Amino acid sequence: MYAQMVDTGVSKVQDVAQMTPEERAFQDRIDADVKVEPKDWMPEAYRRTLIRQIQQHAHSEIVGMLPEGNWITRAPSLQRKATLMAKVQDEGGHGLYLYCAAETLGVSRDAMIADLHAGRVKYSSIFNYPTLTWADIGTIGWLVDGAAIMNQIPLCRCSYGPYARAMIRVCKEESFHQRQGYDIMLALCRGTPEQKAMAQDALNRWWWPSLMMFGPPDAASVHSAQSARWKIKLLSNDELRQRFVDQTVPQADYLGLAVPDDRLAWNAERGHYDFGEIDWQEFHEVIKGNGPCNRERMQTRIKAWEDGAWVREAALAHAEKHAARERHAA
Amino acid sequence: MSSEWPLWEIFIRSQHGLAHKHVGSLHAVDAQMAIRNARDVYTRRNEGISIWVARSADIHASSPGDKDALFEPSNDKVYRHPTFFPMPDEVKHI
Repeated sequence: MYAQMVDTGVSKVQDVAQMTPEERAFQDRIDADVKVEPKDWMPEAYRRTLIRQIQQHAHSEIVGMLPEGNWITRAPSLQRKATLMAKVQDEGGHGLYLYCAAETLGVSRDAMIADLHAGRVKYSSIFNYPTLTWADIGTIGWLVDGAAIMNQIPLCRCSYGPYARAMIRVCKEESFHQRQGYDIMLALCRGTPEQKAMAQDALNRWWWPSLMMFGPPDAASVHSAQSARWKIKLLSNDELRQRFVDQTVPQADYLGLAVPDDRLAWNAERGHYDFGEIDWQEFHEVIKGNGPCNRERMQTRIKAWEDGAWVREAALAHAEKHAARERHAA
Repeated sequence: MSSEWPLWEIFIRSQHGLAHKHVGSLHAVDAQMAIRNARDVYTRRNEGISIWVARSADIHASSPGDKDALFEPSNDKVYRHPTFFPMPDEVKHI
């Protein structure tokens, strides 16, 4: 979801019979829930897939700062502004934890950023939608961070130690994000009719993109199956999506907002909500780069990186000069 | 592309009396910046009262391949644990 459609580089799940003794021993350890650590032997495909997955996840955190950062200067009160700044700062922190986890697999931070800027690695489709009103900030915290928690809690148990540990830190901080979002929605829904209409409009626009965050349906997803085998994906896209709908609909009811899906209905037999068809055409267009804000997001990221180059170079030169002076004095 | 800032490993002591614990890593040009960044990245919610930073390049680690040679010998020395010696019920405070 923050990492959608991660390519495992395999065309089908590897059969035990085709495994080398090393690969079999590796799979046995995964099956026994032994964590894989950076210096342990691992199959190249596992390493490459994890780099791709963690990297997508990290980029999503960093690009995810942009739609929310858009409202920091226009937050409706000083408290809301301080809260939003803390939340956006957390997202930057989450990106850093994740980049560091990926670096333990032998890829450099600069290489990952170059991959993002060149469009070789994606970030979550959700961050390509615009934040048009203050209610969008509430909806993002409530739905987008809510969906992120749903996905990240199982990842705390994933097979790669540094990734699991980063996820534990992230999850601890994430529930603040979801609550501050719901708190914004509560205030709007208890406010004037105009404020409530603004909240409804935001839900109308974010509901379906939030469901798309979990990625395409499970059917025939070979990558998901291999990732599940490696325990770097613990629950399927459809399972997580169903959990999200079941959890979120009563929260919308409490706000007095209508979920924009006329096929949404409680199914007593299944014990779950049934819901309508997702527009996968839209999802694939956004992933391909044709969402409402894809170009703007990338331009902003690249500009920030290029404009910051002189600071990075100057800081390094300054540190080197000081180190040389200390060596000289010694 | 310019050269990357070096990587530092970060250790945080959460309370008086506890040991510093590894929490993760970050990039910084020198120790001072590493400590400042560690404060922002790893202690936004009162997680610590002390920070240690060490260049990742300066950390030497045991290799997973040496695991048996290093740790196996202690497996058969159960007499190093107090539970190896059963004490009579009548004997107290031991």
